Amino acid sequence: MSTTLESPSLTDHQPARASSPPPPPHKSTGRALTIALAGNPNAGKTTLFNKLTGLRQKVANYPGVTVERKEGAWSLAPGAAVPARLIDLPGLYSLDAASIDEQIARDVLKGRIAGLPAPDLILVVVDATNLERNLYLAAQLLEYGRPLVIALTMIDLAERRGIEIDVERLAGALGVPVVPVVAAQRRGIDALSDAILKTVDNMGPGIGWRLSEAAEGEVRLLSAANAEAMTERHAALCDLYGEDLPADAKRREAVKLARARLSETDENWWQEPLLARYDWIERIVAQCVRPPGEQQRRATTTERIDRILTHKVFGPLVLIAVMLLVFQTIFSWAALPMDLIDKVFGTLGATLRAAMPPGLLTDLLVDGIIAGVGGVLVFLPQILLLFFFITILEDTGYMARAAFLMDRLMRGVGLHGKAFMPLLSSFACAIPGIMATRTIENPKDRFATIMIAPFMSCSARLPVYALLIAAFFSTRKVFGVVSVGALMIVAMYLLGITVAVCVAWILKHTILKAPAPPLVLELPPYRVPNLLTVTQTIWSRAWLFVRRAGTVILAISIILWALVTFPRTTSTPDNGSAAAATAAAATGMPQQSGAGQDGRTASAADQEGRGQDDETGEQIRNSFAGRAGRFIEPAIAPLGFDWKMGIGLISSFAARETLVSTFSIVYNVGPDENEGSPSLIDAVRDARRPDGTPAWTPLVAVSMMVFFVLACQCMSTVAVVRRETNSWRWPLFMVGYMLALAYIASLITFQGGRLLGFS
Amino acid sequence: MAHLPVGVEARVTSVNGSSAVARRLMEMGVVPGAPVRVIKTAPLGDPLEIRVRGYHLALRRTEAQTITVTAVTDGE
Repeated sequence: MSTTLESPSLTDHQPARASSPPPPPHKSTGRALTIALAGNPNAGKTTLFNKLTGLRQKVANYPGVTVERKEGAWSLAPGAAVPARLIDLPGLYSLDAASIDEQIARDVLKGRIAGLPAPDLILVVVDATNLERNLYLAAQLLEYGRPLVIALTMIDLAERRGIEIDVERLAGALGVPVVPVVAAQRRGIDALSDAILKTVDNMGPGIGWRLSEAAEGEVRLLSAANAEAMTERHAALCDLYGEDLPADAKRREAVKLARARLSETDENWWQEPLLARYDWIERIVAQCVRPPGEQQRRATTTERIDRILTHKVFGPLVLIAVMLLVFQTIFSWAALPMDLIDKVFGTLGATLRAAMPPGLLTDLLVDGIIAGVGGVLVFLPQILLLFFFITILEDTGYMARAAFLMDRLMRGVGLHGKAFMPLLSSFACAIPGIMATRTIENPKDRFATIMIAPFMSCSARLPVYALLIAAFFSTRKVFGVVSVGALMIVAMYLLGITVAVCVAWILKHTILKAPAPPLVLELPPYRVPNLLTVTQTIWSRAWLFVRRAGTVILAISIILWALVTFPRTTSTPDNGSAAAATAAAATGMPQQSGAGQDGRTASAADQEGRGQDDETGEQIRNSFAGRAGRFIEPAIAPLGFDWKMGIGLISSFAARETLVSTFSIVYNVGPDENEGSPSLIDAVRDARRPDGTPAWTPLVAVSMMVFFVLACQCMSTVAVVRRETNSWRWPLFMVGYMLALAYIASLITFQGGRLLGFS
Repeated sequence: MAHLPVGVEARVTSVNGSSAVARRLMEMGVVPGAPVRVIKTAPLGDPLEIRVRGYHLALRRTEAQTITVTAVTDGE
């Protein structure tokens, strides 16, 4: 069908003719076209992908690895019945080096991914301002001999820099359509679909370059088995120059012999295809591109910005300022929406309790579900803000500068400059951070980074810090300006970083011993981030968090509530009338049974608190959770924790932020209409041990926070590490050593603090 | 290349060293004959920022040492 189309010029900028027939279903099969989108990092691939697919995209992972698999529907021609399936490949510089991303890209192109047919067409994004390097990937893709179209991006930027590109000539030299596009303004999109529909049944021109006589001879020898020239030649080249030897034994021998013969005359024999491709590209570019004259070449905006941002003195200062700004903003801007969400859930709980008859169901809804999930969703604004900043820093290109500035320091502990980005992301959440380590090629460096990523204080720890600091530190000031609370938070972040550095150093000098990793990192031009891309990134990350709150944390809240509520205490021999206790038990949560009735007879206000606490305590003490808490109490007592905190510790191993919802259940902060609901902060402050001394002191709070900085309490992290390292050994090792570190550090904090006279 | 002064235009003559790094550098356009220039060094003297084929690349001195270059004099 596509061959019957009238043929507009390859560089057609005109909008698609309304009269053109809608041909998207594939000619031979009638099914939707599958198009693979490939390109260098920073070439504008994501922007184009978003523009073409709009919101019709889904993000998943490739089987077995965490390389993000993005695909979307693209209608191609207006009014088309079957949209094309657009597969976004990972950003790549080449198809050779053996990183996971490149492996995946090759598998997609060869149709080796389950449920994903080999693409009908490859769409390559080529950055016009960086033509030679971008064409390298295009050259490799051309070698597949598949239908291929090039989308030339950043053409406006190239013009501004005085780079003149003869697009028609370039298309002629490469043998494939080249369509200039400015995705943000939708320029060239229609021409792009036209070119795709016309090209989809034309096999590409294949390999345009030749090797030396000796090498070509070997290629011929390896491809002699089959007469089908182009694909055979490509297969022979892949086998001869690829990192992996072919699986077939006979073929492997042949390849080994061929390599041996070539290396006899030239030790750099493997460089030949690389050089041939660049040689070919240089010749084409020389024909089609007029570079700006030497006089014309002014410093680009990026170079001028970098005079400050990567300056020897100002660069690090700006980096520190940026990080301070990010964290300051997260704490101050987020306060208002956080209060709002808190109030909404509080009101919801109170309304529900007023409207429903007292009983187990009401308690489950209010104390279990609303308190539990609400306690976690409160942190959504902070998480959104952090993701916002990280996305902006990534998309502007500043993250690469941060890696450039930090590399020397990171290498001091044996890490890669590229580890800086994943580690910084881990301040939001270790999961995207760990997933981002896949840009680090060497597995040992990658594993070392993964092992320390959970030490970065993630947003799930913030609720814990926030609660304990609000309860014990926030009112105090140092020098009249800085609050102790802010200092405590900074101290916790620094503790995590320091321990991470030490652990990284130890790992890199023991089990993950390897020479300092190489750093080859592009410093991309600064760009104004695309609003749509930023929004989509934040949205997908935030959704992940909300879904977690709706599933894992909801489930834990319900389970925990049940564990605290059952088995129900029927008699309390050591406290007051059995009737009151039975009433307490009947409602599950003793507070609603007119708690404190008996305690009141004992007069003092403090006694009242204790009476209530005793009754609540009795129920929780005998519950399943209480038994578990008491079981581990001897182990955690040296850290200053009692069994109620033990319950929190146990539940928080699923996810850190559940500590807060656990405490709201354990300390039983159900809203009480008569007396006004005591907040969780007050409940924590007022909690008592059996002997009447406060359960929490500032020292206990610090000890608890130290524990949370260092322990790996996050099921999702464990699951991601399992998937990333493809073994249970690493995640189990991580949980084990982090728990040991947390215990020891907490022990030192509490016992050391007591020796020094703190309480 | 590690000893090339900042701002001097040079041409790559060869890329040696371990094949993984050399391969990556060459894939990114650092091949014999390509003009390169050191733009600056990071605050602690390492890594280097170089300009090649119209874009900027950060590499460490150890990587830069695997690239041999000859300076291009102004007359050329």
